[in-house]
Amino acid sequence: CVGINLRYRFHVSLLCKLVSCFGDRAGQFFSSGHTNNWAVLVCTSRFWFNYRHVANTLSVYRSVKRLGIPDSHIVLMLADDMACNHRNPKPATVFSHKNMELNVYGDDVEVDYRGYEVTVENFLRILTGRLPPSTPRSKRLLSDDRSNILIYLTGHGGNGFLKFQDSEEISNVELADAFEQMWQKRRYNELLFIIDTCQGASMYERFYSPNLMALASSQVGEDSLSHQPDLAIGVHLMDRYTFYLLEFLEDIHPASKTNMNDLFKVCPKSQCVSTPGHRTDLFLRDPGSVLITDFFGSVRKVELTMETINLTDPIDAESGELQKEMHTYADQLPVSEIIHQKPKQKDWHPPDGFILGLWTLILLVFFQTYGVKHLKHIF
Amino acid sequence: MGLLSDPNRRRALISLLTRLNTPICIVCYMAGVAWFMGLAFEPFTLRTYMSENAMGSTMVEERFPAGERALATGREFSAHKKRTGGMPVEWLMKTMQAKGLEVFTQRFSRTLPFPDENKERYMVRGTNVYGILRAPRAPRTEALVLSAPCSPGDNNNQAVGLLLGLAEYFRNQIYWAKDIIFLVNEHDLIGMQAWLEGYHHTNTTGMDWSPLQGRGGSIQAALSLELSSDIITSLDLVLEGLNGQLPNLDLANLFYAFCQKIGVLCTIQGKLQRNDWDSVSGYSHAVQTMMLMVMKQASGRPWGDHGLFLRYHIEAATIKGVNSFRQYKTDATTIGRLLEGMYRKLNNLLERLHQSYFFYLMPSLSHFVSIGYYMPAFGLLAVILLLRALDLWVQLSTPPQRTEDGVTDIEPVRGTHFKTVADLLSLLTPLVISHLTGVALYMLPIRFQEMAVEHFPVSETEAVVLTAIAVYTAGLALPHNTHRLLSGEGTEQGWRVLKLVAVLYLAVLLGCTALINFSLGFILALTLVPVAAFVTPHVPKVLSAFILVILSPACTLLFSVFFFQELQEMPISFQDGWLLFLSVISQGILDHSLYGSLVYPLITLLVYPCWLLFWNILFWN
Repeated sequence: CVGINLRYRFHVSLLCKLVSCFGDRAGQFFSSGHTNNWAVLVCTSRFWFNYRHVANTLSVYRSVKRLGIPDSHIVLMLADDMACNHRNPKPATVFSHKNMELNVYGDDVEVDYRGYEVTVENFLRILTGRLPPSTPRSKRLLSDDRSNILIYLTGHGGNGFLKFQDSEEISNVELADAFEQMWQKRRYNELLFIIDTCQGASMYERFYSPNLMALASSQVGEDSLSHQPDLAIGVHLMDRYTFYLLEFLEDIHPASKTNMNDLFKVCPKSQCVSTPGHRTDLFLRDPGSVLITDFFGSVRKVELTMETINLTDPIDAESGELQKEMHTYADQLPVSEIIHQKPKQKDWHPPDGFILGLWTLILLVFFQTYGVKHLKHIF
Repeated sequence: MGLLSDPNRRRALISLLTRLNTPICIVCYMAGVAWFMGLAFEPFTLRTYMSENAMGSTMVEERFPAGERALATGREFSAHKKRTGGMPVEWLMKTMQAKGLEVFTQRFSRTLPFPDENKERYMVRGTNVYGILRAPRAPRTEALVLSAPCSPGDNNNQAVGLLLGLAEYFRNQIYWAKDIIFLVNEHDLIGMQAWLEGYHHTNTTGMDWSPLQGRGGSIQAALSLELSSDIITSLDLVLEGLNGQLPNLDLANLFYAFCQKIGVLCTIQGKLQRNDWDSVSGYSHAVQTMMLMVMKQASGRPWGDHGLFLRYHIEAATIKGVNSFRQYKTDATTIGRLLEGMYRKLNNLLERLHQSYFFYLMPSLSHFVSIGYYMPAFGLLAVILLLRALDLWVQLSTPPQRTEDGVTDIEPVRGTHFKTVADLLSLLTPLVISHLTGVALYMLPIRFQEMAVEHFPVSETEAVVLTAIAVYTAGLALPHNTHRLLSGEGTEQGWRVLKLVAVLYLAVLLGCTALINFSLGFILALTLVPVAAFVTPHVPKVLSAFILVILSPACTLLFSVFFFQELQEMPISFQDGWLLFLSVISQGILDHSLYGSLVYPLITLLVYPCWLLFWNILFWN
C-alpha cells in the first residue's frame, strides 16, 4: 500500500509541475471563477408587425446554443405567435435573413414561456427565483453563486421602461432592484445584460449591484431601427443592432479568445444609426480580460488544485470489501417535501356548540331582566 | 370685483357689445370665409401619413399575374349579361365556385316611392351574388369585402372580371387571416343596401330581401371597384359616403402609398395633384378640389357603392378607373397588383382602422385638413348668431322707451314677462305654423303624387318635385295669413323675442349639423347666418324679401348645382341647370326613402321652418 501511495503521489506532483509551466496562460484562462452558464432571452412584443423582435431573440438563442449552453440552461420567453400566425406565408418558420436563408425557429426550439405567460411578474420571478413550487424545472433559473448569466431583452421601450406585450411595463428601477435581489441571494457570479430597444441605455442607468455589465442598442432619446424588410413575408425581419451582433457572434467559436472590448465596438453609428452604449463600472474585472464565451458559451471549467490529495485505498485491507461513503447533493428542487406536504393548520376556533350556548345564555339573561312576558313572543 | 360681476364694467361691456355688434358680425363673417378659403393653402395643410402601426409601410411583394385572363372573364361576363338581360346569376355562381369560393345569392325587391328618372327604375327586383374565400388557418371572425357593381350596358364589366381574377389568385395564397367576400351587387346602391341589411340583420329602409345563407364575420374594410375599360390612365378615389360620412383617412393613405409605390397616377375628385402651391393657379386648383369634396359631402348622397358601408362603421372607399387621353397607360395586371397590395396590408390589421382621422377635408390626395383646423371657420360664423342673440337679450332687458300697460319700469327687466296670453301666442303661432309647413313639405309631395298626376299632365317624378316647390313657395305667403288670424299687429317686443328664439334655434341646428356633416353645416351657415343677422321688420321690405329668397335653402341648392357643374369644368345652360336642380330634389327625396339619407328631412323639417321664422319676422308689421 505504501508503494501505491508513492506512485500516486508521483503522478500528482508530475501533473503539478506540468501545470505550473502553463500556469500563466492557464491562470488567465481560468480567472473567471464561474462554473456554469445560464441565459435568459426575452422578447417582450407580440403581434405580427413585431416579427423582428421574435427573430432577434431566436437568433441570439441559436447562437447561444451553438456555443454550448444547453436548453436546460436557457430560459426563452417569447409571445410565440409568429411561426403559426395566420399571416405567415411560410408557416412554422421564423426567418432572420431576407431571402429566407436562415430559419431560426427550426424544429428543436424550446420556448419556456409563451403567449400571455411573458409578463413582468414572471420575468421578475424568474430572476429572483420566487416561483411557486409547482413550476417545472425548465421554467426556472436555477443559477447559483458561480453562474454567469446572459440576459437579453428586446421589444419596444422608452426612457426608463420596457413595454411587455402591449399591456404593462417594467421600469429600470424594478430591474435594478431585481438584480440586487439576485446579488443578495447569490444567484449569479457575473451578469451580462443586453437590451435592443428604443432608448435602451435608460434601462441600465439604475443598476447598483456589483458584477453587472450592460450593453444597449441606443442612447436615451434615440430610436433603435430595424434592419431589412422582407417583401415576401411583408415585415421587417431583424433589428440593426442584433443583426450586427449576430454577425459578430458568427465568428466566435467555443475556443475563441475575443473579449468584451470587441463586443462594445459592434454596430457603430454608421451602421446602426443609433449610438450603442455600454456600462462597465459595476464590473469587477477589466472588460478586456472578459471573454465573449464567458457569457455566450458554456465552456466547462476545470478547477485546478496545487495541493496533493491523499488517496485512500478504497479496498479495506482487513475486510476486502469496498468502503462506500454516500454523498448527496443539496436538493435545489425539494420534490419530496413538495409531494408530502402536510396540510396547513387552521387557526383554532371554539366549538360551535359553545357559541350557541353562549348566545342562548345572553338572551335568557336579557329576558330575565326585562320581564319574562316578552319571551312568549318568541315561543 | 370680477369682470362680469361688477355692474359698472358689465354695463360698459354690454354697451360695447351693442354699439359694435354689426361691425364685429361683419368681421367674423369675413374671417370665417377667409379661414375656409385658406384651408386649401398648402402650408396650412398637413401631409398624409400612415397612422396604423399594423399596416406599416408598403413592403409587400405583389405578384398578381393574370390581368389579361381577368379581362377575358370580364368579356364573358358581359356576353352573359347581354344574354340574360340583367345579372347572369347562374354563370357567376358557376364561375365563383370553380375558383374555389363558397357562393351564395340574395334576392331583393323594392318599389320606389316614385319612379327614378335618372336610372329609369321604379319597381326594382334583383339578385346579389357573393363568394366567400375562407381564410385557410384563421377562425371566421373577421372579413374584408371587395365588390364590383353589375351595371346595365357596357359598364363595369372589367371590374367584375378583375374581381374574379383576383378571387382566383387570392384563393391560392395561404397568408389570409380574414375571410374575403367577393360581392357582385345588382342595381348598385339598392342591391348594396339589401346585402348590408341582410348581413347585419337590420331593416332600416323597409326593403324586402331574402336572408343571407353565408356569412363571414365582422367586416373590417371594404373596397368597391368601378372599371369600365381595359386600359386606364388613372385611378380615382371616392371617399364621400351617406350623410357626408367619410372613411378613416388611413384608407386613403394606404391607397396613395400604393399608388406611389406601383407608379399609377392617382386622383381625387378627378383632379391631379399639382406642385405649384404658391402660384395663383395652383392654389385655385387646390381650392377647387376641396370645394368639390365639400359639395359632395354636403349633398349627403353616397358617391359610390362604398357609401353605405360607412354607416356600419366599416371603412370603405370606391376606386374608379379612368381612361382619358394621357400617354402613360396602366393595364389590368397593375391594377390587380395594387389591389393585392392593399388587401395584404388590410390583412395585417388587428383592429378596425381607428388611428387616423374620421373628419377631414382633402385639397389633394397627399394633403389633408383635419377637423381641428376647419372647425374654427364654422365657429366664427356661429359666433355671429350668438352675438346677435346677446344683443337682442340686452335690448329686451333694457327698460322700454315708452310705457307698457301704463306702468313705467325703471329697473331693467330680467327676461321678458308675458303679460298677456296674446304675447305668448304671437310667439308660438309662427313657430307652430312654420314647423307645420315644414312637415307639409316633407310629407305632401309623395303622398299626393297620384292626385297631382290625375289633375296635371306631368309624370310622377315631376309631380313630386313640383309639389315640393309649390309647398315651399306657398310657405312664403304665410305671414300675411298669420296676422289675419290674430288680432292686432305684432309688438316691438314680440318680434325681438321671436328673433331671439329663431337665432338660438338656428345656432343649435347649424352646430349639430356641422358636427355630423361639416360641409352641409358650413354651406347652410354661409347663407343663413347673414339672413339671421340682419333681418328685422324695419329693413326695406322689397329688397330684403328678395335677398331672403335668394339666401333661402332652395336657392342655395340651385346655386350649388350651377357651382358644382362649374367646378367639374362642365358648365351648363340655365335650362339644363334647372332640370338638374329638379332631378337633384327628386334624388334627395329618393335617397331619404331608399337609404336613409338625412339631408331631405333636415332641410324640410328643421332648416326651412327656421328660415320661415325669419321671413315671418321680416313681415312682422
